[in-house]
Amino acid sequence: MITSLPPGLLLIGGALVVPFLRGWLRWAWMLALPVLGFVDLIGLEHGIHLSISLFDYHLQPLRVDKLSLAFGYIFYIAAFLGILYAVTINETSEQIAALIYMGSAVGALFAGDLITLFLYWEVTAVASAFIIWSGRSEAAYRAGMRYLVIQVTSGVLLLSGALIQVAETGSIAFGASGLDSVAGILIFFAFGIKCAFPFLHNWLQDAYPEASPTGTVFLSAFTTKLAIYGLARGYAGEEILIWIGALMTAFPIFYAVIENDLRRVLAYSLNNQLGFMVVGVGIGTELSLNGTVAHAFTHILYKSLLFMSMGAVLYRVGTVKGSELGGLYKSMPWTTAFCIVGAASISAFPLFSGFVSKSLIMSSAAGEGWVIIWLVLLFASAGVFHHSGIKIPYFAFFAHDSGKRCKEAPLPMLLAMGATAILCIGVGVWSSPLYALLPYEVNYTPYTTAHVITQLQLLMFSALAFAVLMRTGLYPPELKSVNLDIDWIYRRGFPAIGRMLYRAARPLGGTMTIISTKTALGGLSRLVRLTGPESTLARTWQTAGMVALIVTIMALYLVVSFV
Amino acid sequence: MSVHLPVLQVIFPLIAAPLCLLVRNPFANWLLATLVSWLTFAIAVLLLLQVLDAGVITYALGNWVAPWGIEYVVDELNAFILVIVSGIGAVVMPYAMRSVSGELPDRQISLFYTMFLLCLSGLLGITITGDAFNVFVFLEISSLSSYALISLGRHRKALHASYQYLITGTIGATFFLIGVGLLYMMTGTLNMKDLASLLKPLSDSRIVLAAFGFIVVGMGLKLAVFPLHLWLPNAYAYAPSVVSVFLAGTATKVSLYVVLRFIFTVFGFEFSFIGQPLGLALLILAISGIITCSLVAIFQIDVKRLLAWSSVAQIGYMLLGLSFATVIGVQASLLHIFNHAIMKTGLFLAMGCVFLRIGSCRLEDLSGIGRQMPWTMAGFTICGLSLIGVPTTAGFVSKWYLVLSAFEKGWWPVALLIVLTSLLAVIYIWKVVEVAWFHEPSDAVKAVSEAPFLMLVPLWIVVGANIWFGFETSGSVDVAAAAAKALVGTVR
Repeated sequence: MITSLPPGLLLIGGALVVPFLRGWLRWAWMLALPVLGFVDLIGLEHGIHLSISLFDYHLQPLRVDKLSLAFGYIFYIAAFLGILYAVTINETSEQIAALIYMGSAVGALFAGDLITLFLYWEVTAVASAFIIWSGRSEAAYRAGMRYLVIQVTSGVLLLSGALIQVAETGSIAFGASGLDSVAGILIFFAFGIKCAFPFLHNWLQDAYPEASPTGTVFLSAFTTKLAIYGLARGYAGEEILIWIGALMTAFPIFYAVIENDLRRVLAYSLNNQLGFMVVGVGIGTELSLNGTVAHAFTHILYKSLLFMSMGAVLYRVGTVKGSELGGLYKSMPWTTAFCIVGAASISAFPLFSGFVSKSLIMSSAAGEGWVIIWLVLLFASAGVFHHSGIKIPYFAFFAHDSGKRCKEAPLPMLLAMGATAILCIGVGVWSSPLYALLPYEVNYTPYTTAHVITQLQLLMFSALAFAVLMRTGLYPPELKSVNLDIDWIYRRGFPAIGRMLYRAARPLGGTMTIISTKTALGGLSRLVRLTGPESTLARTWQTAGMVALIVTIMALYLVVSFV
Repeated sequence: MSVHLPVLQVIFPLIAAPLCLLVRNPFANWLLATLVSWLTFAIAVLLLLQVLDAGVITYALGNWVAPWGIEYVVDELNAFILVIVSGIGAVVMPYAMRSVSGELPDRQISLFYTMFLLCLSGLLGITITGDAFNVFVFLEISSLSSYALISLGRHRKALHASYQYLITGTIGATFFLIGVGLLYMMTGTLNMKDLASLLKPLSDSRIVLAAFGFIVVGMGLKLAVFPLHLWLPNAYAYAPSVVSVFLAGTATKVSLYVVLRFIFTVFGFEFSFIGQPLGLALLILAISGIITCSLVAIFQIDVKRLLAWSSVAQIGYMLLGLSFATVIGVQASLLHIFNHAIMKTGLFLAMGCVFLRIGSCRLEDLSGIGRQMPWTMAGFTICGLSLIGVPTTAGFVSKWYLVLSAFEKGWWPVALLIVLTSLLAVIYIWKVVEVAWFHEPSDAVKAVSEAPFLMLVPLWIVVGANIWFGFETSGSVDVAAAAAKALVGTVR
């Protein structure tokens, strides 16, 4: 019976009950939901199970295959761990938003048509904005608003693409779209926004660090991986993805190195990890797609773990600024240990989870002859180790002692981090269950001498570089600073250019120039003047004016039709 | 009995209206009006079923055979409109009891029900009749009663709004009458079917052209086509809540029906769209109306006025589908008539609940109202989503068909515009949602409680309809498709 229900609805429906439950009952209920969902997934058979008619179309909210199942499993695992982590914090609005968010992300995985996909897509956008707003600060509110606008734009692009596909082919099916149609390109951009493609990525670094300690853990796992899933489903083998992905792996490293807010560092490194997956999708071979799915799987685990450990620091200390932390290993030994496990995993140390997944992508890049890409990925791997593997634990827990003393993280947080850490190591050591989940058959052994040695060399030299830079004082110090990213262009640049143009136009003297610049740049104030409550359009007219207008229109018609 | 259904549709409310004036007891009045509104709804549904089953119904009034006598003609199109109008009436009436007694002095309550029933019967009459002059008669019945209804509003500006509506509405009706008169002069008949066949050879006549102009502009006034909409925002904003609800859901829809009827049935597709650039004219008016009025709505500070401006913008969408002059375009238009009726009704119903409790619909007075009136504001939010066109709500279906019909024409920019202007609707709905749910309640708001049950039930019936018709669309879509085919398909 339960198997005919689209998986996501379990969490979404469960969320509606949450406000009526109190205390431990609520936590038991919330923790039970992903477990039930997981069990439900195990029982699902491949194929299309449901068909709902929506006017002329048949929606398929439950299409099951290996690709969607693999993502489904890890989404439920991440949901369970996230909820466990959040037991400490009693914030009803965040709990409901998180459950709906996670439920719709799971639901989107099993959407067999674009309308269902769009629906879940928009729900994830709105629900995740509520998670950010649950950060309850002015900055969180504003960041959430910017985030929402961008996410909704992605949804609108997706819907436009779906509409064009319907108009051209009559089908709403969500399958391999390709980039040779307008519909395909629009949907590509919709996914690209959620996937934080270069130049479309800023919402991620902008919004994630503003959420609450628990909120960021929820956020980090789903939105972007949903986009990866969409790309893998629709655009496997599109060569442009390889280049986009390579760029994604490389450029965030520089930002991550100079960034002071450690959760923002993690956000940049999230971007970089997504790059690996995008490259995997772009190569499009069985091996590389397996690599993408495996990397998404392990990435969700270790990135959650890193965000959890930083969240615990934020919860106890009240800040995650690198310049204000240090020496916390004395106060938070367990958190330190778990953070190091996460750091080792993201750096792809042998025996940790990142190693068994990333090497699939690296091997396929090398195997298909993408030498430059392979080198970029290699550079990016070194960079990851540098900023996530060393910088995060080093500045938070070691470095110079900040003198801050606090309590160890609360028990539920420790439990969640512990479970995640065990999974990270477990997958790294015993990779065959993960490989069994992947969409294609795996004939790959991660632990060959060559792989291990290459990786260790890479990591050691990266560590050496860090050590040398630190000793010689050349390492960019942790400073309170604002780092300019691409969002500067639309948040500061556009208005500044506008003002500049306006000023430049004035001395030219041409009335037309001024009028046109004014019209173009007056922006909101002009709009208010045009359509605000006091404008000619909106205010109440004199009756005589109304009648004059009517008579003019009628006279105009008569004149035109008689000439 | 069932043979006489077409006339009973109009007669019941028409007779009940003076009865209300005689009884003069608020409760008895309400009971009578409610029963009558339910009865007319039942009749409308029966008529629709009959039409779908057996085709067009004609009914000769007093057995005077057309074209000499007045004839009622029910086909898919007006059966559909009849269901909408009477359905809104049936939903609004139970709601009216508490809302009216809360907003009007006792001595005016009987007058209210009288006027309401007259207005209902006028709107139904316009829709059902097959006689051009009869349209004018019913138009006057509904218009005069709605002027009176609007003037009942408590705000002193209501009187001024009503006066302005009276002036413009009368000009509109006069234009319409001039148009019908010109047609009569040319053909010697008032029966629509007869007119249609006699007008065919006269398509080059300038007098027919003038008649067309007078009729379209005259009805355009009643329909509140941008820029002939100036009467509407104040009329909706200052009328008693129930009146806003009822007029927003029905009056403009019926006017649009008349326009459709005259463009397609009386003048014919060739005359309207090939002989003249009507399609282009409507397209321009629709687009400028959608953009301007959505922008104006964004800056409104009174929610009822905001909704009124949004109504003008939504009328633009209906005209947009019509301007395509294709079967699917007209179908989208008809669907939007239906869907807009249910979503705007829901929004105004919710605002009526709020107004009953706090005596204002200004944004600043609504802060935190969601905490005190969760059911009301949840209903508002869902209908708002429908207005935006979010999937699984009714609004999505008509937007979808509108975009499809734009694609079918190959008009990409128009399709894009439909999507982009939906974002404007997001902004003005969000403004209300944000204030109601995310702001701290003021002391005045903290003192109020949820709206009465009797008002919540109609609201949630409409909310349910918004969701139901987002999923189960075979009813509305099929009927609209059949009506659109009957209008356009026979010609092309």
